[in-house]
Amino acid sequence: MKKDRRYLLLSLLAVSTVLAAWWLATDILKLVPSTTFPSPVKVLRTLVIKFWDPNPDGATLPQHVIASLQVSLTGYLMGVFIGVPLGICMAWFTRFDWFARPLFDMLRPIPGIAWIPLMIILFGIGVMSKAMVIFLSSFTACVVNSYSGIKQTKAVHLWVARTFGAGNLEMLFKIAIPTSLPLVLTGMRVALGSSWSALVAAELLASTQGLGFMIMQCRGLYRPDVIIAGMITIGSVGAFLTWLLSLLERRVVKGGRFS
Amino acid sequence: MNSNESFFIIDCEGLTKTFETPNGEFEVVADFSLKARSNEFVVLFGPGQCGKTTLLNMMSGLETASTGSVVVNGKAVSGPGPERGVVFQSIALFPWLTVMGNVEYGLKMRGVGKQERRGRAQRYIELVGLQGFEDAFPVKLSGGMKQRVGIARAYCNEPAVLFMDEPFGALDAQTRYLMQEELQRIMSVEKRTTVFVTNNIEEALYLADRIVVLANCPTRIKAEYVIDLPRPRDYVDSRFLALRQEISGMLDRAL
Repeated sequence: MKKDRRYLLLSLLAVSTVLAAWWLATDILKLVPSTTFPSPVKVLRTLVIKFWDPNPDGATLPQHVIASLQVSLTGYLMGVFIGVPLGICMAWFTRFDWFARPLFDMLRPIPGIAWIPLMIILFGIGVMSKAMVIFLSSFTACVVNSYSGIKQTKAVHLWVARTFGAGNLEMLFKIAIPTSLPLVLTGMRVALGSSWSALVAAELLASTQGLGFMIMQCRGLYRPDVIIAGMITIGSVGAFLTWLLSLLERRVVKGGRFS
Repeated sequence: MNSNESFFIIDCEGLTKTFETPNGEFEVVADFSLKARSNEFVVLFGPGQCGKTTLLNMMSGLETASTGSVVVNGKAVSGPGPERGVVFQSIALFPWLTVMGNVEYGLKMRGVGKQERRGRAQRYIELVGLQGFEDAFPVKLSGGMKQRVGIARAYCNEPAVLFMDEPFGALDAQTRYLMQEELQRIMSVEKRTTVFVTNNIEEALYLADRIVVLANCPTRIKAEYVIDLPRPRDYVDSRFLALRQEISGMLDRAL
């Protein structure tokens, strides 16, 4: 209890030190012109105003957030629903592994954002091109982690199941998949991170709405306050999504297997 | 089945196991035969590294014998099956299931309905003295408690025979004594035909109806002792100590 409070105190101290230094450098000492680097007060005001004001980039902050979430969740969920089963099947069925592995090994070293130009040519600058980029960025982490998760299955657990008369598929569903769940969830968490960063990169280049689009527009409009407000939003939404996933993790991963 | 004197619930005949190695064939088990009557508690006693686990795996069907046959309950063994329960040294509880989930696992695999399954699992959880821990996950249990769950899990499936592969080998000495007494108590409530592997002579003498002493490399039978001391046995009884002395002397110490 006491330790918790000390931790809280120290972390608050760190955050407030940075904010105070920022505020001191801008509003008080005026070390940098406010047009180049706005004060924290100004950023906070912009952040609040942006909730209903579409200026200067044409859409309100909630509209940008929704546009970004739509794209990233489409791509991310595709990555999870294709990547996790693929990783599980590759780990469990040796022949399928031989079949799929060369294709996967060819795709794997290509960073998700390297797909952006090709996807713009193929799908334009709508939802689809960005969703594909995000899919390709999140898919790899899902496959790799699910694969290693299944490979962690202990032989003796399979023996136990076999002495109870389990067949191959029963062993997959009742033993191997439960064993793999902690790593599957880890893969989903890594994938969420990479999909969120791929999203911003894709929106910087090809978009008419979204958080990445907003901060890129405001570079041209010379509105650093909106840029910083956008960066804060990107960080907060990313942290929120990770938190949601950790709730799922707590429900799915039972028996304290993260030791 | 008990009344039929000629019926052996376990009947192994001429089991051998040979592994292929880069240096040629390596014989682990040579000509092992064992017959066990219903409800008999047979202990396979031998030094470490002598292929006892391989032997037990051949009987349970987890490994196939190079030659020879295993017949359990009148049926030839060709693979693992629910009529042969196994308790492993590494315990191997499923960490994602609760104590109840682990114990009822075998019944669930066989499609026994939830209510009946729960009732039977509860009975065995109580038999091994774990009432109150039904919803605990294995990570919260001590080593001895985990192996109680392992025993309950094997028991609950009501197999014709039980194989126990050094089930207390990973426990500390104190817990090991306690678990031997617990197993003795469980057996007195609900007896099962059991083949129990150990390298601990006290454990063997405390539990066995019959001790089969194994020789090392390749594993083969060296001697057999029928133990008819009254139960529960006393570790410092003079006959117990005399047998302990005698059987220990049989053991191959060289590896």
